[in-house]
Amino acid sequence: MSEAPKIQINHLTKIYFKKHKAVTALKDINLSINDGEFVCLLGPSGCGKTTLLRILAGLEKPSAGEFHIRRTSKDRPLQSMIFQEKGVIPWLTVEENVAFGLKMRHMPKTTIKQQTDYYLEKVGLKEFRKLYPSEISGGMKQRVSIARAFANDPEILLMDEPFAALDEQNKFILQEELLTIWSETKKTVLFITHSIDEALLLSDRIVLMSTQPGQIVREKMIDVPRPRKVEAIRSNPEMEKEFVDIWEHLQTAVEKARQS
Amino acid sequence: MATKVEEIYMENSIAVEEQMWRKGRRRQQLKHMLTVASPVCLLVLWEVLSRTNIIDARFFPPPTEIIGTFFKMAASGDLFNHLGISLYRIIGGFLLGVIPAILLGLIMGMYRPVRYFFQPLVMALMPIPTLALMPIILIIFGISDFSKMITIAGSVFFPVVINTAAGVANIDGIYLDVAKNYGAKSKDFFFKIALPGALPVMLEGIQMGQAIALLTIVAAEMMGAHSGIGYLIWTSYKAFLLQQMYVGLILISFFGYFFSLLLRMLQKVLIPWKK
Repeated sequence: MSEAPKIQINHLTKIYFKKHKAVTALKDINLSINDGEFVCLLGPSGCGKTTLLRILAGLEKPSAGEFHIRRTSKDRPLQSMIFQEKGVIPWLTVEENVAFGLKMRHMPKTTIKQQTDYYLEKVGLKEFRKLYPSEISGGMKQRVSIARAFANDPEILLMDEPFAALDEQNKFILQEELLTIWSETKKTVLFITHSIDEALLLSDRIVLMSTQPGQIVREKMIDVPRPRKVEAIRSNPEMEKEFVDIWEHLQTAVEKARQS
Repeated sequence: MATKVEEIYMENSIAVEEQMWRKGRRRQQLKHMLTVASPVCLLVLWEVLSRTNIIDARFFPPPTEIIGTFFKMAASGDLFNHLGISLYRIIGGFLLGVIPAILLGLIMGMYRPVRYFFQPLVMALMPIPTLALMPIILIIFGISDFSKMITIAGSVFFPVVINTAAGVANIDGIYLDVAKNYGAKSKDFFFKIALPGALPVMLEGIQMGQAIALLTIVAAEMMGAHSGIGYLIWTSYKAFLLQQMYVGLILISFFGYFFSLLLRMLQKVLIPWKK
């Protein structure tokens, strides 16, 4: 890996200031992510992982520090985000939602049609293209969200607990589907979750965060070969050990936060 | 043997569910009947009380007689002249109020400084009844159709402005995040996010405005007009032609109902994503 990292984060800090009181949401975050790497940010709620993602998504500004996302093509957007369950726009049809990013960037009509069709097919929503989000299930909505982000063809993908609101079965199905689509494009992904299982299944590397102040405390490489399946990860004794290890870490982090 | 028992069970289950379904449908029919029944009951009660002189037939002529009067007035063609001119004023005034209200409301909803600047003005001007300003409107615009339209526009404007601004301001923040993250610029943001997002609440405001327009036209035509439904009601009242007056009142009520249905249909067309 002689190439420069795809995402480089240096000394990123975010402080919320309210009524003469400063709360440190993120403290001195340093992280570099390679091209094509799937990284999960794992931490208890309130550890600032969403804040970090929102900063990278351009929705919030850091108080100090900087980040850089390496560009390979001028026509590509820097990043696209897959939001939590409610991120599908209710007044646009499935098709319009998937085409949203391309339309906002005023791409040529044929490109929009091509990309939209391709990813609608990929997530199995071709026959539902004319429906509104209120007419489809939660799992299908998240498929729309995934298709929208991939169709936009960004440099990197950001995912903010996209499967947190789904039931267990749907979650497994969508996780595997995401991996399939991802393996075709090999995009760099930064994925937020509080589920250890999810992180073990999806990532090349897990970045563990602790709360108050939110900072990176440990990193873990997960070198299970791909393609991965839910059953395989579940029955892998190596992964069981990793699970317990991460769980112990999270427990101490939560307890420390409680005492302070 | 076992299959036979099973069959019987199946048949029974279907019969039970069929009965439930029939019951449900009957309940549905009852609901429809009740909806139709309320105005019919009122009219029948009115008719009976009036015919039996329990209530004074001079002030409350029986509905059948009012209908007769309606046909007589309709035959002379006079009624349609009044109706036409009132409709012209209502629709003109309605559009004159609604269109600027939507524009200002959207801008107020989208840009906070604009909202803070105009909000106190809207709040302070809203409680002033436009009808109270009728004399001044008449001085400026004369006894023309336009002065009626201005009066209606003034009353319709406020509920629509307030609802439109609230509609935009209350769009869920996550959609704004999505728009920003996917690079929506101002024009696209306006047409793809702000306008459709505000539409449901905005249409509620327009529905309210429609009712206010009807309330206003009658009063406005009583003051400075030589034609229209309001004028008809007022002159009939002064001449003690109460049957004619009731024809006017019922027509207004009919139009209120009709416009409500029309807007309800418009709602279905404009917001197909809501069920």
